[in-house]
Formats: sequence, structure tokens, C-alpha cells
Amino acid sequence: MSEPVEIKASTATLARTNVFKRILKNPLGIFAVAVLTIMVLVAIFAGWIAPFGENAANIGKTLSGADSVNLLGTDSAGRDTFSRLVYGAQTTLLSALLCAAVAIAIGLPAGLIAGYYSGPFDSAANWVVNVLMALPGIIVLLTIRAAFGPSVWISMIAFGILISPGYFRLTRTAVQSVRNELYVDAARVSGLSDARIITRHIFSVVRAPIIIQTAIVCGVAISIQSGLEFLGLGDPTVATWGVMLSEGFKNVYLAPTLLLWPALAIGLAVGSLVLLGNAVRDALEDREKVTVSKRNDPPTVALQMQRGPRKKKAANVEVGTEKHLVKVSHLAIGYPQANGTLKPVVNDVSFTVDRGEVLGIVGESGSGKSQTAFSILGLLPPEARIMSGSIQFDGEYTVEPGEDTVNQGRLSALRGKRISYIPQEPMSNLDPAYTIGSQLVAPMVTVLGISKAEAKKRALKLLSDVGIVDPARTFGAYPHEVSGGMAQRVLIAGAISCEPDLIIADEPTTALDVTVQAEVLDLIRDLQKRLGVGVILVTHNFGVVADLCDRVVVMQAGRLVEGGQVREILGAPQDPYTITLLDSMLENKKPMTMLVSQGGTTS
Amino acid sequence: MTGAFQDDLLVVDDLVVEYPSKGFRKKPFRALTDVSIRIGQGETLGLVGESGSGKTTLGRAVLGLAPVTAGTITFEGEDISHASRKHRQKLSRDLQVVFQDPYTSLNPAMEIGDILAEPLTIQGIGPTESKARVKELLDHVNLPSDALHRQPREFSGGQRQRVAIARALALSPKLIVCDEPVSALDLTTQARVLDLFLQIQQDTGVSYLFVSHDLDVVRHISHRVAVMYHGEIVEQGPAAQVTVSPEHPYTQRLLLASPVPDPDRQEERRANRRRLLDEQRASAELAAAGA
Repeated sequence: MSEPVEIKASTATLARTNVFKRILKNPLGIFAVAVLTIMVLVAIFAGWIAPFGENAANIGKTLSGADSVNLLGTDSAGRDTFSRLVYGAQTTLLSALLCAAVAIAIGLPAGLIAGYYSGPFDSAANWVVNVLMALPGIIVLLTIRAAFGPSVWISMIAFGILISPGYFRLTRTAVQSVRNELYVDAARVSGLSDARIITRHIFSVVRAPIIIQTAIVCGVAISIQSGLEFLGLGDPTVATWGVMLSEGFKNVYLAPTLLLWPALAIGLAVGSLVLLGNAVRDALEDREKVTVSKRNDPPTVALQMQRGPRKKKAANVEVGTEKHLVKVSHLAIGYPQANGTLKPVVNDVSFTVDRGEVLGIVGESGSGKSQTAFSILGLLPPEARIMSGSIQFDGEYTVEPGEDTVNQGRLSALRGKRISYIPQEPMSNLDPAYTIGSQLVAPMVTVLGISKAEAKKRALKLLSDVGIVDPARTFGAYPHEVSGGMAQRVLIAGAISCEPDLIIADEPTTALDVTVQAEVLDLIRDLQKRLGVGVILVTHNFGVVADLCDRVVVMQAGRLVEGGQVREILGAPQDPYTITLLDSMLENKKPMTMLVSQGGTTS
Repeated sequence: MTGAFQDDLLVVDDLVVEYPSKGFRKKPFRALTDVSIRIGQGETLGLVGESGSGKTTLGRAVLGLAPVTAGTITFEGEDISHASRKHRQKLSRDLQVVFQDPYTSLNPAMEIGDILAEPLTIQGIGPTESKARVKELLDHVNLPSDALHRQPREFSGGQRQRVAIARALALSPKLIVCDEPVSALDLTTQARVLDLFLQIQQDTGVSYLFVSHDLDVVRHISHRVAVMYHGEIVEQGPAAQVTVSPEHPYTQRLLLASPVPDPDRQEERRANRRRLLDEQRASAELAAAGA
């Protein structure tokens, strides 16, 4: 298809393979991975690394300082601090893993089932989860300690159960968001059992959040466990960092370093786990950014350097061209790429629009037609660059030759007053939080400087002008209370409310049903005739062009391939691309025949 | 034309679909009312209507994705209105789907090869055989064979729709429900994908239930056309008749509302549409006054 899509595809491929690499690129990510790797290795090889057993005591040498035998000294029972720290890593990390494993074993399947089936299991599970979350965790853990004795394993299993709601809710929400995706429907049609659908199609969306959550849960488990043991509730016969902390605290005046080592180990472990969680999240979100929008790269320094000092007043336009309402000359728009170059999306586009004239810009997705329209409105994303050319409106430049961005100062004086806009998606362009009336009144009060009462009177008149039968009711309604066609009428009323000279309509009927489209086209035609405004109509539909436009330009891959009077272009197109487009129309074709001679592989 | 399709593959009789409404003892929402259609072997039934008319719901009910409240759906003489998942698995050999949105109908986390092999694996087809079949499918929908190990997001909309069509074709079904399969595509892409649908029908004799909001698309691809409006079928008949000289007032409005790419003919059509609307309004008023 079009070029931007190709680019999007290739960057996304690149991104997909690199999640782990990206974690390592993040300095905090490297730090976290390195610390955790060392800790895990130490824990695994504790038996070889530690010079003494975890409880091997030397009564003759208590609370000694560091020497060549006891690298970090000994505690009050004469046990080697270094050895206990090493064995402590084993117990502490294992128990944190146990806690996370218990929480996942309960929360993940329950969340998958509740999210996928909803219904009674969901209600029951939610009830249990709410009860679990309402329980005071520490008190439960103390009770369990009293009932089952000071086992680190039992208390971590209990804590795992207590925090399983976190996993449950995470999983349930993720599953609910994909449960009704079409690919799940397709799997159902294929007769896949629910178990297979969940494991093959749904589990993949919860995998990443579960990994992030687990890193953080392990950190929390270590701190809770250490906290309990620090209070003296741990098992004194097992070396863990928490037990060592408690021991060190008792002797804080005699051997302060006894407190330091376990505290450092706990801090490093918990900190690294949290950092790892963040790094994984950043790495995954980074990927999202690339796939969702291809235009978020910041402009490079080289590009910004070109910006000269701003002139106060716009230069004068070429003599003889000021009679055009809009004149776009040799316009090129580009977006910065990761490698520092600009990728053009609009290239050498020139056209004019006169007062009272309707110009159609036709093209397929990715042809640059919307970008061209947005550059006239000054609504390009901030990183977009005008690579060459100029735009003038009513005899004054809005983009001077040589400028690389649209001058917002000049355009904000025009936008809403003399240039207005009709969008494609009527519903998403009305704020659901305000009534339709207040959304019509506010701009009129600001732009025209009239009173609220006067603006309301005008708004009601406008609503009846755009063919709304009961203007007062619509005025007081919220956007969700009206249909799509009605919402588009409201937006058209808004577009003409400040008596503009130019209306830019971006696919104004694409989201509407055909019968409603016909009505909206009638409305735009009538208003255009009555008000004598210039209209730029961006569309992919030649029928709409034939219905409304005086002149038309055809765009393909950022270039203007053909332009002229509607009758000429539609009746006798010259450019091969225009001919292909018109040949693809189904109207007046013999049914059940091939439209394109060969199958073609480049759709 | 209708005589050629003696053996009905799919028969839907007086189908009613209701969705439970939120709120205690509220009346359920009725999406379909007494809908009856039939599709013969190798035949395409075009289903046209505006958004919310129930055309998609009908397709979903046939696929077992919408609840059947009353009426029957018979496929190859077998009642499938309330088919179990097991039964659906057997049915999926003969009954397949292509959805509207090629962006969400393919699992973004899976490779194209796995997506295409999935329906084959379910039917117990071995890896070697299914690999060969997947290659054949890619070839059939004109996709390069290196697509196997790529993910859906690496493809454009039209290419993804080809993948979705290939998945539907994997088990050589007898009927494919196509739910707005070209409405998310560009004009030239739409033309190529429509060609592909026609080519596949010529090659395999598959039947289509082709759902679309676009009368031109439906006219181009269908043998017969059914028009839906507010959950009911208001008109049904041979494509040439329904889409050229329709009888029902709604179909007439629909036909004249679609703009043609010729300013002069469009002006004429616009005038005809205005006249029709006035006539229909007048007759509605007359009927109201009479009652």
C-alpha cells in the first residue's frame, strides 16, 4: 500500500525482537539485571561460596570485627556474618519466589476464568477478592505465625494468598479487554475449546503485565518477610536477611556493621526488583509507542538549527495571487526519522481555492491528503516540518517560503474565525462532558465577543439552519443522546457559527450511513451556496466529489498527480493512477466480473 | 438464476435474536425479528443495511456467536441453532468467517503461519500436511511465501484481509460468512479483494453470506440480495432486481443515496432522490391521515 505503512511495519519488526535488548540498554535495567543475577548465582552456589555453615558457631569469637577468617566478622553467637549473608540470599530469594508463585497460582487462573466467562464465577471470585483485600495483612500474618510457628515458608504462602487479588484483577482486566476481539471470535468459529482459546490467544496479553507485577511482588515479599523477622517473629534457626537484621539490631551499639550488611542486601534486592519491573514496563511501552504512532520521534538537533529568527510581519505575497482565498505552492511536509533524515509525506503540492469554490482532495489512505489539509489549518503535529513551499490565505502568508513550521501566531488569529473545520468522526469531536449547546456557545463568545444570551440565540438559529427539527432539545442534549448524523450536523453548525471564509472538511461523511451521508452532503452544498464560502473537501470517494466539488486534485503517495475541473477529471482522466482509482469504482460495472485484470500481490 | 441453486446449503427460518438488557426486568433488546434467508451451493447472498440494522448480528447468529432466541438455522439439513462447541468444531470444516477489521481479526502475537495452521491443527491434520496446505493457501490469496514467519502488523490492511481470507479457506469450507470484509479497505484494494472473492468462488464453488453496508459492493458480488432495516428483512430477491429497481421504500432511498462518480448523473440522481423523499413523505402522511 502506501509508504508510511511500510515504514511502520519495518520499525515494528525491529522493535519486536528487541525487548530484552532494550531492558539492557536502560542503565537502571542493566544495574537491576546485574545485581539480581549475582544474587541468584550466590544463592544457587551458597554451599560452595560460604566458608562456614549457616549456624556454625564459634563461641570463642563473638561479635568480632572483619578479619581474614570471618570476612565480615561474626555475630553474638560467633556465627560467620558472610556465610549467613550468603545462605540468607538463598532462603530470602526462594521464599520471595514462593510467595509470588502462590499468588500467581491462585490469581492468574482465577482471573483468566473470571475475565473470559464473566457470570457467576466472576461475581463469586470478586466477592472473595474483596474479602481478601479487606483483611488486615499484618494481623493475619501474626495470627498464622502464632498458629503454625515461626516458619518463613508458611508465612510466605499466607502472604502469597493475601496478595493474589493483585494478580486476579490484573489478569481479569486484561482478559476482558481482548475477550471480544475478532481473533477470539475467529477461534470460536474454528471450534477451538475455551481452554485452547485462553492458552493460545488470551494468555499472551497477560504475560507481560504478570512479569512486571511479579518483579514488584517479589520485592514486596522480601520487605514484608524481613519486617516480620526484624520484629523477632522469624525462625531463628534459619539464616535469612530479616533474622540477621533483627540480630544486628540487638547488638547495634556493640557491632553496628552487623546491621549494615543485611540492610544493604535487602535494599539492593528490593530496589533491583522494582527497577527491573520498571525497565520491563518501559521496554514494552516503548514498543507500543513505535507501533501505534510512527511520528513520535523528537526532531533532531540538525533540524532545529535551521530555524532562523522569526520575522514579525509576514512577507508580502506574489503580486496577482492575492485574489485566491487559499494558495498552496510547492508544499512539502516531512517527519523526522530515527536516523535524522526527514521523511516526506507531502511532496511539491500546489493548488488554489477561490472564494465560493469547492475543491476536492482525493486519494487513498497515506496519500497525504489529510496532511495537506491540516497544514492549511496549522494543525500538524509539532514534529512535522515544512520542507519547502508556502501557503497563503487571503493574500497573506500563513507559511512563508523558507519557514519550516506553520506560524501558529498567524494561524490562531484565523482558525475558528475565518477558517473552520468539519472532522471525520463526529462523535469523538464533541466533548461528552458538556451539552451540545455549551459547546456551540463557548467559541462564539470567545471569537465573536458577543454575550452568552446572544450566542445562544445564534446557536439555536444555526441548529435549525442545519436542519435539526427541534433545536432547543438538541441544544440541551449531551453528545451521547444524539445520532451520528445529528452530531455531524451539530459540528457543521459549529463550523459556520463564526462566519468563516474557508471550511476544511476532512472526510465529513465517511463515518455515516449512506442515507445520512446524502443528507449531510445536501446540507453542506446548501450552506456553501448560501454563505458563499470556499470549501476544501478531503475524501476518498469520487461519488462525494462528483456530488459537491467544482474542482478536484488527486493525490498519491504525497504527490499531486492530477488536478482540474471535476467534469474533466472524472470524465476523461489522464493520469494512470486516477484511471485505476476510477476503474476500481463498482458503479456501472458488470456484476460478477473481475475489476482488475490480474490478481495483483501489492494490495 | 435462482433455479441453479436447488440444494439449499443454509436455511434460516423466522430467526429472532434478543440480547438481555441491563437493568432488572427490563425488556430484552431485539436485534433480529423473524428473519428468513436461504443460500444455495455456490451462491452468494448479499446482505445490505445501515449500521444497527442487524445485518452483522445475522451473520454472527449463523456462526454461533449470537444467541438464538427463536427460529431455526439449518446447515446442510442439520439444525445448528444451538450447536455445542464440539458440534461447532465439526461445523468449522464447512462454515467459516472473514471479519470486517483486518487489524483485530488476526492475533497480533502470532505469526501468519501459525494463524493459518490453527484451524488445520484443530481438525487433527499433521504438521507436514498442514505446512504444505498453508503454503498453498498463501499462494491462493497471492501472498508471498515468506509471509509465514512474519507477524500481522508487518502487513497492510489489504494484505491482512488476504490472510484472514486464507484462514477461512484453510479447511475448504462450503459457506463463508463475510462480515463487511472490504469496508475497511482503500478503493483499489477493495477492488482486488473483491476479485479474490470472485476467483475463489469460481475455483472452489464456495457460498458466501456477504454482509455490507455498500449497495454497490453487494450488487457486484451477489447472486441474490436481502435488505435489512431495523432488524427485519424488508426486501429479498435477485441482485439485478433488488439493486437496480427496488420495491421497498427504504431500498429505493438507499439506492439513490449512494453518489455516482459523474457530476451530471449525480445531479440527476440527487433530483430523483429528492423527488422520491417527497413522494414517500406525502404517502406516509396520507397513510397517517387515513389511519
